[in-house]
Amino acid sequence: MTKFREKIAQRGFMLVALSALSALALITIFIVAEGVPIIGKVGVLKFVFGMKWAPTQGYFGIFPMIVGSISVTLGAVILGVPIALCCAIFLAEYAPALMRNVLRPAIQMLAGIPSVVYGFWGLVFVVPAIRNYLGGPGLSILAGSIILAIMILPTVISISEVSLLALPPLYKEGALALGATQWQTIRRVLVPAAKSGIVAAIILGVGRAVGETMAVIMVLGNAVAMPSSILDPARTLTTNIGIEMGYASGEHQQALFATGIVLLIIIMILNSVAQFAFRRR
Amino acid sequence: MKLTPRNSEKFARTVIWSAAFGVIGLLFFIMAYILIKGTPSLNWQFLTQSPSDMGRSGGIFSTVIGTLMVTAVAIVVATPLGVGTAFYLTEYTREGPVTRIIRFSAESLAGIPSIVYGLFGFIFFVMYLGLGWSVLSGGLTLAVMILPTIIRTSEEAILTVPRMYREVSFSLGGTRWQTISGVIFRAALPGIATGVILGIGRSIAETAAVILTAGSSLRMPTSLFSPARTMAVHFYILAREGISMERAYGTAALMIILILLINVGANVLVNKFVARGR
Amino acid sequence: MDLRKMGTGKHRTETRGVCKRASRCAGKITRPLYFLAVMVVLLPVAVSLVACDFTPRAAVILAGSTSVQPFAEILAEDYMKLNAGVSIDVQGGGSAAGIMAASSGTADIGMSSRALSGDELKLWSVQIARDGLALIVNPKNKLTSLTLAQVRDIYAGTVTNWDQVGVAGGKIHVVAREDGSGTRAAFESMIMGKTFITDRAIIQDSNGAVRQVVADDPFAVGFISLGLVNSAVKALELDGVAATRDNVVNGSYGLSRPFLFIARSEPVGQARQFVDFVLSDAGRKILDAEGLVTSGGSPAR
Repeated sequence: MTKFREKIAQRGFMLVALSALSALALITIFIVAEGVPIIGKVGVLKFVFGMKWAPTQGYFGIFPMIVGSISVTLGAVILGVPIALCCAIFLAEYAPALMRNVLRPAIQMLAGIPSVVYGFWGLVFVVPAIRNYLGGPGLSILAGSIILAIMILPTVISISEVSLLALPPLYKEGALALGATQWQTIRRVLVPAAKSGIVAAIILGVGRAVGETMAVIMVLGNAVAMPSSILDPARTLTTNIGIEMGYASGEHQQALFATGIVLLIIIMILNSVAQFAFRRR
Repeated sequence: MKLTPRNSEKFARTVIWSAAFGVIGLLFFIMAYILIKGTPSLNWQFLTQSPSDMGRSGGIFSTVIGTLMVTAVAIVVATPLGVGTAFYLTEYTREGPVTRIIRFSAESLAGIPSIVYGLFGFIFFVMYLGLGWSVLSGGLTLAVMILPTIIRTSEEAILTVPRMYREVSFSLGGTRWQTISGVIFRAALPGIATGVILGIGRSIAETAAVILTAGSSLRMPTSLFSPARTMAVHFYILAREGISMERAYGTAALMIILILLINVGANVLVNKFVARGR
Repeated sequence: MDLRKMGTGKHRTETRGVCKRASRCAGKITRPLYFLAVMVVLLPVAVSLVACDFTPRAAVILAGSTSVQPFAEILAEDYMKLNAGVSIDVQGGGSAAGIMAASSGTADIGMSSRALSGDELKLWSVQIARDGLALIVNPKNKLTSLTLAQVRDIYAGTVTNWDQVGVAGGKIHVVAREDGSGTRAAFESMIMGKTFITDRAIIQDSNGAVRQVVADDPFAVGFISLGLVNSAVKALELDGVAATRDNVVNGSYGLSRPFLFIARSEPVGQARQFVDFVLSDAGRKILDAEGLVTSGGSPAR
């Protein structure tokens, strides 16, 4: 009887796994199948490096969007990672228990806020501030970077903190025993030791920033032209899909799937780098 | 001022403490802004009446139900599939190139922007399968979106269960299925539950993919095939069109409170399960 | 082998969960577990089932122009109040999406805020109202009127500064709608002609969003439905004609576009009855009250 149940369990799990994996495979194949023809037609170089995106006129160059994605993400990393690292160090090393119990749930709550709310908050506070003090329409790469920096804080903070806490206590004790101050210990011993975990945290944050759509649509201005400064409006790869997918058809739609392929490749590269960093622990 | 260790220690402390306070302040600012502007609208009427007059008046009841239904479909579909796949990958197969490829794919798919899933869901569920804008289309799209995450977190949770558990169980005569259901599942449950909770949180907050698959109809959804407007979509439309700012804030406040409750509840449950073993 | 000594402290206590009699314990331990798991899974399903009536696609589905959508929602709401048991779902997406949905059958009726062209003309359509298109600027902007040529130059990107059109300076922030928007298409056909809108224009995906940007930014200019102009923005005179509903009715303000209901073929059943309601006096009264122009509509084709 048990043997029978055993067989059923095994077949059952296999069936479940096969369905799930084939569903995921279906999606990948679907996206690739829809997107590859247009890349083939336009040419990989002209698609990825083409400067003009105007599908109704036949232009399928996504380079302005790539520049947009890179600038916004880079800005988010530059603005967010230092603060996130400081917070992670704070949580791991400096914080008294009381503050830790306040800050950790606070960061979890930050992670729980929907992205549309962030986007709206950005529209109400960040965009006017940029417009009044820095010029331009306010809807800009800078606004997007600020919002994304806030949004990736929870990810980077929590994973960096875990990496710092996972270090053998020997490292800290040894450094302190040799007379180093707390900051010296952190700076010269702990952070370098936790480097791979911190790098992984940053890459995960980058992945999140690259994938964000709604908040960015609301504050980035979505102009199709190549941005020339951080105060210019721009589009990212994701917002491009988000804005146009409702009405795109035919080649236009295929071009959006092709953009999806590009995003998939970017994520795969990021993941490989993250795994590589993790493995070097 | 000399760069002595003492000075740099003081400087570092100031910077780090300010960063921490900065983050707390920021969170407080964002949450307070939404909650202060939103909770006044959260009365019983608001919650139990449906929107009317394109959302200019009335409550948000149909959107709450819409959110619940779409999330329910997503969780019901994704959880068994995800957890089952994780168990299959870890317990029934051997570690090798195939499982590594599958794991890498699951990781990558977990990282794909949700908008790409939305595009897929729109073309596949709404148009190709003819399901139209419906709870089913939206829920299935969300299910596909959270499936890689559930597979990954469940797998991690299962892998952290010490090998000793399995060895003891086998040595005592337990079969594989008995080991899984009796021992490993219970031990990995906190991690699995976290993954599912993450999935629920993501489903509630998702907007772009849902607008195009579940639709934006204000009517109360009456079946899996009705279109439904979720709270996130409702907030987006109200806020963008400037239809009713107080209702927009109310919707946002409700969403945030809901997600908070789910997170807190999940933590409590997880702690209870871990503590039960003591 | 003392199990309790192996592993870290946390696992130590959990070894108690590993039963001495694995086969019999499987039931004991997992029963509350299974129960909980089953409840968690079944509860939302039960809730959904209670709400369900399992009839696929019983409702009339409208989809398309975000300009028409709010008015369609009001019409649907009033229609459903008068006819209990009928369901009408209104969906956005933009005019192009609406036309696509109508021709593929995903929607029963598509909504468009521009006239049909080319291949689209073989679809069934009826005009339910006309809507004026207003050029808006921020109330702080001293400008009160523009010529059509000036508007075209601004949107083409050849005129880039406010002092080139006679007001105190700064760069003009051009705001437009997305490509699939009927509002944009109407604007392009009526004002731009063969010229393309500049790549540097800020794109927003709805009338309300355009209005919000212009309301916040003193240097912005945009175009929205006339019916949506409120005190937050200022509508410009075009070629000397003020943008008011009366001027649209009497024809002096030429910038207006049709709101259309579109279908693959002439609607039948519930869809037809809804269309009839919209075209009836009751429907027209609702639309007129909201700022649209229903007099002089064209008959169904």
